[in-house]
Amino acid sequence: MSDVQLRGFGWRHAGRRSWAVRGLDLEVRHGERVLLLGPSGAGKSTLLAALAGLLPEDSGESEGTIRIDGLDPRKARERVGILFQDPQTQLVMARSGDDVAFGPENRGVPAGEIWPRVSDVLDRVGFPYPINRPTSALSGGEAQRLALAGVLALRPGLLLLDEPTANLDPPGAALIRDAVARATGPDTTLIIVEHRVAEALPLVDRVVVLEPGGGVRADGSPEVIFAAYGDKLADEGVWVPGFQAPPLKSKTKTTLDLVRTERAEVRGRLGPVTIGAGAGEVLAVTGPNGAGKSTLALLLGGLLAPTAGRVEAFGDSRPPHRWRAATLAGRIGSVFQNPEHQFVTSRVTDELALGPRRLGRSPAEVDRIVGELLERLRLDRLAGANPYTLSGGEARRLSVATALATAPRLLVLDEPTFGQDRRTWRELVDLLAGLRDEGHGIVAVTHDDAFVRTLADRTVSLGAPEPDPLPRRTRP
Amino acid sequence: MSLSFAPVADPAAPLARRNPVAKVGAALLFSMPLIATMDPFTPAVALAVELLVLPFFGVRPGALARRATPLLLAAVGILITMVLFAADRGGELLVSLGPVDVTTGVLSTAGALNLRIFAVALPGIVVFATTDPTDLADALVQNAKAPARFAIGALAAFRLVPLLGDEWRSLSLARRARGVDAGRNPVARVRLFVSTAFALLVGALRRGVRLAVAMDARGFDAETPRTYARRQYFTAADTALLVLSLLTAALIIAVSVLLGHFHPVV
Repeated sequence: MSDVQLRGFGWRHAGRRSWAVRGLDLEVRHGERVLLLGPSGAGKSTLLAALAGLLPEDSGESEGTIRIDGLDPRKARERVGILFQDPQTQLVMARSGDDVAFGPENRGVPAGEIWPRVSDVLDRVGFPYPINRPTSALSGGEAQRLALAGVLALRPGLLLLDEPTANLDPPGAALIRDAVARATGPDTTLIIVEHRVAEALPLVDRVVVLEPGGGVRADGSPEVIFAAYGDKLADEGVWVPGFQAPPLKSKTKTTLDLVRTERAEVRGRLGPVTIGAGAGEVLAVTGPNGAGKSTLALLLGGLLAPTAGRVEAFGDSRPPHRWRAATLAGRIGSVFQNPEHQFVTSRVTDELALGPRRLGRSPAEVDRIVGELLERLRLDRLAGANPYTLSGGEARRLSVATALATAPRLLVLDEPTFGQDRRTWRELVDLLAGLRDEGHGIVAVTHDDAFVRTLADRTVSLGAPEPDPLPRRTRP
Repeated sequence: MSLSFAPVADPAAPLARRNPVAKVGAALLFSMPLIATMDPFTPAVALAVELLVLPFFGVRPGALARRATPLLLAAVGILITMVLFAADRGGELLVSLGPVDVTTGVLSTAGALNLRIFAVALPGIVVFATTDPTDLADALVQNAKAPARFAIGALAAFRLVPLLGDEWRSLSLARRARGVDAGRNPVARVRLFVSTAFALLVGALRRGVRLAVAMDARGFDAETPRTYARRQYFTAADTALLVLSLLTAALIIAVSVLLGHFHPVV
């Protein structure tokens, strides 16, 4: 039930040279549902933070006006709810019901009204458990549903969703879209930022495209916008609907097994698995959450010891988890799901030089490897930057580059395309295809169907885990 | 490594279900006076009293022993330190280990110190083993009038602590994957530990900032007075618990003084 009005709005974060958003004129009437699009760096998240009143006056410089129902957003906080990407940093309490009650408590809702409200909103988002379910026992999609319930419990007139499904697997993302569709009535104004456009489209009736330099590039119904601007948006990394990538399959026969598991298992995380991965092929490992895909990646990467069975690689008589780290890095490269876990130094160039140095390469050789990788993965302009300050796509490219720096024959990647825009996706797929054709072996754990269709030469699907023994939510 | 703070007691036990603030207060009132004396008798009596009331807290002894593991390690450490470095080598000579004489005097000093540590720490361990952190935060705000911004904020941060164990594991694995390991070199080991700990800290800070923003977006910084979805009541039984702990502590000290064991710290 809230109106949004922007006139020449701009915001520059303190200490930054360029404006995050600028020259923005936009009006959203109550009950409208808007998808906000634009390439990375167009200021979408900054705009949502401004609308949510989360940009304190002293944290930057603003120009123009921004109004929600005629009020400064910092004064209209009670009318606005915002859902962020990561459910883990949005849940506050240990029990699900308490977490939903947290917002109403803060806003001084009388105690007697809180629990009926909690129960009602949990039903609306389709939360399947009793209210005392521990928040630590929820899957990513369930936790994000709970976070949505916590936001809706405050009955916002304007609901802002900042890439709400970026951290979720496809079933989890479907849960959230379904919950948003069920829980928001015609009275709620909705503004969504989302990379995966096709999946967000059923929720919206209007698309607004931001121009990276400032202002609005296009504004209208989804059909009109994608007919006129689809190709340009796709080039800029937006996942426009109807996208198809041509397959890039291996042309040669796989020659030898680089790594093999023989009924290898990890108690409680992965059942016995017998597979091999060879040089010159891309092996995709798929399966539902909890099937042990990431655990298998750790086994193949020589980072975890099996509790039963065997893992053999590179004809070595010792299993990979017993190798010295430098030997391991020279043979098998692992790329983790969260790139930030992988960074060890505070400069992009040091990060790339680390592996080759540990392997005892000469300084001249290290320089050559670093230079080549910077260029190949378009990181040259960021050579001096701190890895932790990179954007999602840049951090992903750097994490792959660090694994390549020691020239391992086998590359094991955990969800390499997770949350990436289309441009980074394309670059990763091309890079991996090139590595395979040079004779590298590639194992990728993935939920991404497009990735499997385009690149995988072979797919292994892991089975579902044991069913959850905790009770489902039942209505009295 | 997994960290857990879940209560390990029967929540219906007569003392476990007292108000959390009353339990913390009772533990402090009971154990603080014990710090005043150096003798082994007073803490031994206090420890006996503590073990007698333990059943009323409904704690399983096995679970309690697990929570008290750090305390046992500290006790062993104290014993070794005292045997090696104690200045007072009085009493009868028991064993002579090279230059170190183990005498009854050394052992009784070490024993007294360990008794004090156990007697002072056990009430705290029992209270936290029988108290849900959410209930404690609620009671601190509602009954002890602690600022909600502090109590609930600490509770939210607390929820992230178990995640640190997983995070540490990923960071260590990632370092190995990058070719970084310490082998048998102790200096490299320390450096690796420091660099992993630093990365853990950086990650924890970033998460903390994101959580704080999300909490404020849900009105945590609103100026309206907070309401309470869960009520905590401070009853006559809670007052009685506080009074009884203080009286018991006073009684133990009095007996110790009368029997001539009391040995003030200063």
